[in-house]
Amino acid sequence: MEYFIELLFSGLTRGSIYALIALGYTMVYGIIGLINFAHGEMYMIGAFTALIVSTVLSIYGLPLPAILILTALAAAVWAGAYGFTVERLAYRPLRNSPRLTPLISAIGMSIFLQNYVLLAQTSDFLPFPALIPEFAFLEPYAAIVGATDLAILVVSALVMIALTLGIKCTRLGKAMRATAQDRTMALLLGINVDRIISLTFVVGSALAAIGGLLIASHIGQINCFIGFIAGIKAFTAAVLGGIGSIPGAVLGSFVLGLTEAFATGYVASDYEDVFAFSLLVLILIFRPAGLLGKATVEKV
Amino acid sequence: MKSGMILAVLVGLLLATAGITTAAGAIKIGVAGAHSGDLASYGLPSLKAAQLVVKDVNAKGGVNGTPLELLVEDDVCKPEIATNTATKLVSAGVKAVIGHICSGATKAALPIYRDAKVLVISPSATTPGLTQSGEYPNFYRTIAADNTQARTLVDFSLGSLKVKKIAVLHDKGDYGKGLAEYAKTFIEQAGQAEVVLFEGITPGAVDYSAVIQKIKRSGAEAVLFGGYHPEASKIVGQMRQKRLTTLFVSDDGVKDDTFIKVAGKDAEGVYATGPADVSNNPITKEYRDKFKKAEGTDPGAFFDNAVAATLALTNAMVKAGSAEPEAVAKALRGNEVATPFGNIKFDAKGEPVGIGFTIYQVRNGQFVQVH
Repeated sequence: MEYFIELLFSGLTRGSIYALIALGYTMVYGIIGLINFAHGEMYMIGAFTALIVSTVLSIYGLPLPAILILTALAAAVWAGAYGFTVERLAYRPLRNSPRLTPLISAIGMSIFLQNYVLLAQTSDFLPFPALIPEFAFLEPYAAIVGATDLAILVVSALVMIALTLGIKCTRLGKAMRATAQDRTMALLLGINVDRIISLTFVVGSALAAIGGLLIASHIGQINCFIGFIAGIKAFTAAVLGGIGSIPGAVLGSFVLGLTEAFATGYVASDYEDVFAFSLLVLILIFRPAGLLGKATVEKV
Repeated sequence: MKSGMILAVLVGLLLATAGITTAAGAIKIGVAGAHSGDLASYGLPSLKAAQLVVKDVNAKGGVNGTPLELLVEDDVCKPEIATNTATKLVSAGVKAVIGHICSGATKAALPIYRDAKVLVISPSATTPGLTQSGEYPNFYRTIAADNTQARTLVDFSLGSLKVKKIAVLHDKGDYGKGLAEYAKTFIEQAGQAEVVLFEGITPGAVDYSAVIQKIKRSGAEAVLFGGYHPEASKIVGQMRQKRLTTLFVSDDGVKDDTFIKVAGKDAEGVYATGPADVSNNPITKEYRDKFKKAEGTDPGAFFDNAVAATLALTNAMVKAGSAEPEAVAKALRGNEVATPFGNIKFDAKGEPVGIGFTIYQVRNGQFVQVH
């Protein structure tokens, strides 16, 4: 039973890690129907920004909570700026081309950003400081859930709730939903569609950057290629949950994380990917739109 | 014009034969390896090493007054070319060959040398089967075989750490998995400890806590990891996060300063294998300096190993008083020879005794030799 709980928590940690990245994927897909393969790179850039900013701040001897908050802000703003720029350069000029074109452009952007960071920073692995302090009240449970695990869990839950509410209740959210439903109609009704799409990218990238910060302090190291694998896994999670749906991305992430943890725990970690992807195939056979995705009728 | 071309070809042929025809009486030794192409950087330092050592031996009067002569052949590290190289050297009448460089090329060439009773001594071919299969009694090497590292790790874990339960992990790659499989076999053969877990982990994953819970549950006293430092530092870091104090023992893919830099305080106490540091050995210094003087750069890969191979071979010839393969083989096994790695000799299978791996431990942010 104790073993089960330990595995449950490691599955939840993995799941919430995936969720932090999958949310951005699903948001962008929900609005413009583009699979933004450069999203994993936003996560990586966020982590690098966090490393640089936190190193500089710790030289000035700020207290840890202040460093954490400032670093998170800086990473979110910086990655948001990247998201904005990437959308402007790589996707907006292709707004009216066939769907495959921006997809290829996204893959190109992903490769470009990886190599850009490789050249501008380093190809080496870098140590990432533990920005999340150890909590004294967690010490008795340290073997099951650590400070970073808890932080990741809480943040991903908060982000999901905030996003769901934001999209449901705010003016911006309404505009986003309108853009998602019918771009031309939204334009006719006076919604600045380009601005909405830009904002979606900024928010999605900022979320990925926060994810980058949390995950990097969880595993303690970063490298310019971390965005790729994390991005692929998060994308899988988003598809599993129903791409375009925000609760779906979170659910999909947890299903994926738990499957991997239990496959490792009760079978062998050699097969964790086999289990994860078999599950994906199975779910897509029976629910082609994903767990919470709405099956849409193609308008002719 | 046409006759000019024929003449050029004829001259070329003449020169080519001239390369192989040699002064009567000299003992011919082949040097085979990649001297051009992608892997030339592995082969050229060995060629240079052989030339430097042979020059010294000849200056001292060769083998019983007979000078040594090197015949150099390029195999580009390709098995299909290596067979030609071998045939060429054998028909030129070499008594021994220093090479080949790559394991695949060596394996392809060995049957030809075996049938011609030519001794082969490689500075760099590490595939275990070359010696351990027993198929090539004429083969020797001056580098530790791939599984030597696993052997060192297992001997250290069982002998010095005295652990009874070991979890063997690997990164599913050729290097890590191969090492882990050897380690598992060696532990089981020794019978003093139990492999309680054998798992491949996914490199690049964002979290390893499930595997770590599994290690905890298995009750392992030590984790033996085959793979590279990025995964090793993640696993060690997360083990310590989960308050698991299990010993961590790994390979030379982890014995890298980046590991200590990235894992930080969690790296403390981790054991890793690596080649022994030989830079203070006088013979190592002597030949490295000679190379530097001749080429102006530091010697590259396998240079020390090739110096050792050539020294061992020439020393055995001198000791045996002849270049006949049987006598030389006996001398190779029976006599120790001073090399860049210290004194070495060869066991019955042709593995070097005295060249191998040693254990390091991270202490105060540095790898310190402990074994």
